[in-house]
Amino acid sequence: MSAAHATGDAFATTVTASGGPVPSTVEDEAVRGTTRPPTRKIGWGHTLRRDWVLYAMALVPVLFLLVFRYIPMFGNIIAFRRFRPGGSIIGDEWVGMRYVELFLNDPNFWNVFGNTVILGGLTLLFCFPLPIVLALLLNEVRQRAFKRVVQSISYLPHFLSVVIVVGMVMQLLSLQGTVNQLIEAFGGEAIPFLQRSEWFRTVYVGSEIWQTVGWGTILYLAALTTVDSSLYEAARIDGANRWRQTWHVTLPGIRPTMITLLILNIGLFLNVGFEKVLLLYNPLTYSTGDVVSTYLYRVGLVSNNFSYATAIGLFQAIIGLVMILSANFLSRRVVGASLW
Amino acid sequence: MVTQSALTAPSSGGGMSIGPRDSKGYKAFTWFNGSFLVVLCGFMLYPFVTVLAQSFSSAGAVKAGLVNVVPIGFNVDTYRVVIANDLFWSSYRNTVVYTLVGTTIAMVLTTLLAYVLARKALRGRNVLIGIAVFTMFFNGGLIPNYVLIQTLGLKNTMWAVVLPGAISVFNLLVMKSFFENMPSELEEAAKVDGLGWWGIFRRIVLPLSKAVLATMILFYSVAIWNDWFAAFLYLDKQELFPVTLYLRNMIAGASSTASQGAAAAGSTKEAISANIQAVTMILTIIPILCIYPFVQRYFVSGIMLGSVKG
Repeated sequence: MSAAHATGDAFATTVTASGGPVPSTVEDEAVRGTTRPPTRKIGWGHTLRRDWVLYAMALVPVLFLLVFRYIPMFGNIIAFRRFRPGGSIIGDEWVGMRYVELFLNDPNFWNVFGNTVILGGLTLLFCFPLPIVLALLLNEVRQRAFKRVVQSISYLPHFLSVVIVVGMVMQLLSLQGTVNQLIEAFGGEAIPFLQRSEWFRTVYVGSEIWQTVGWGTILYLAALTTVDSSLYEAARIDGANRWRQTWHVTLPGIRPTMITLLILNIGLFLNVGFEKVLLLYNPLTYSTGDVVSTYLYRVGLVSNNFSYATAIGLFQAIIGLVMILSANFLSRRVVGASLW
Repeated sequence: MVTQSALTAPSSGGGMSIGPRDSKGYKAFTWFNGSFLVVLCGFMLYPFVTVLAQSFSSAGAVKAGLVNVVPIGFNVDTYRVVIANDLFWSSYRNTVVYTLVGTTIAMVLTTLLAYVLARKALRGRNVLIGIAVFTMFFNGGLIPNYVLIQTLGLKNTMWAVVLPGAISVFNLLVMKSFFENMPSELEEAAKVDGLGWWGIFRRIVLPLSKAVLATMILFYSVAIWNDWFAAFLYLDKQELFPVTLYLRNMIAGASSTASQGAAAAGSTKEAISANIQAVTMILTIIPILCIYPFVQRYFVSGIMLGSVKG
């Protein structure tokens, strides 16, 4: 089986999604509950006798998920209960919506919420379309060796720890760094970028682009190989030049991939790189750099207001969940492609 | 079979065949495109090159901002200083240990669960899948996780760093779809030969899954190697820190000196740490760079696997 053929098959399900009805997937069933009526009735006793090994194999991993994923989910109950550090994991007494009201009336919260939306929006605006552009440009490269080198180099930043990335950013943007050397060479004055709140967003988004643009092309490049070459043939016969071929054949061909990734990006919109912001910001840049997750980190773990921070975190998680569900729902309704 | 061959598939399909009639405009575009991509690679590599150059330069040259691409005052003394530092070594050793232990735990748990979830006829399978998938979209959040680790008494132990990330649902689904696409005849034949589920898993499935297992090992180990936040959150003792946290503290220290003495001429401490920082960064990146060729190939194929739905 040829390689290109294999990737073609791999994407077949996604590609057909734009046309016909949404293909039913496993996750699909899992989320909505079983859709198929049970074909046969067998008692649990029989099932257990036959498959107990499988259940035993799943036991530890499932216990792991219950302890490390689900207990924290229920631990969110301390958003509504007073929590004493070192006390019970589910808090001591009910306080109702007190903490929710507290943050809804907290001007700091709305400030960081605004920052989060702006930073998330800017990231989406740049980090979503740029990989598509890069993938299209790479797709026009005919020397395979050159293409491969460019790919390898542009993927590299993805594998670095965020600590290293921030370290590099700080070196490059320091007063003696390359960027300021260039500014001074052109007669400007050195800018302490990391101490200026008006530069924070640029720095953050810029480093985010550097780190993600290459890696982001992978799925698009894969999708591009599946575009039916007879469509290009037909377009050429109709007199379409390369640009029109790209517009009318290539882009529609990778549309399902674009939509899938857009949904994912929208769902993760509010999770703006918490770790990167935490490493990159400082009190001088709080006014633009502080986001919901870093704010709740400081409120919760630096100032020890566990319940208050949990209320904020729960609010953020629910918004995230709602956003990904509605993005998925909208795209299923409007364009007929969805994650599940 | 689809996924198995996708796993070894190179990422590029070589573009499309294009007729001989390229317009002048398109030729110009090709030139522009090539040059653009070369410049882009320059941008991508520049930070690495600078850090590498700084790591071999004299402290004075780095402080004065003379080092960009070529080392100035070439020396390896900074490497000697860093390597002679006990704290650096203990951090580095911790990172290696955390990566080995964490990857092992993660692989065992993920493989077991993925294998079970790939048995399509298993009763309760959808419930189990639901339990796993839901955690992708809703997670407990920072504080409840912190409280959990504290309550379990894992603070200031290796387990706080190594355990919480043990099952990545994305990896789980990739692996599950790989197992699902194995030819079922193999399994049937093994059953006829009297192998149970465990026997099939160990003797048939695992040996046939080397590629996907390698991919997953790389996914997990790179993630753990690069992680700093779990350690930052749960570890207070310096001797437990991984090298990423060691580096983070060094950078944070340097930048706070920088902001304190913003205009008031950079202290020598800052210059030294810029140098030492560069060396520490290089030493942290090196293992990743060494396995990068493999990492890249497997990561690409892993991502492709992940895009096979269901």
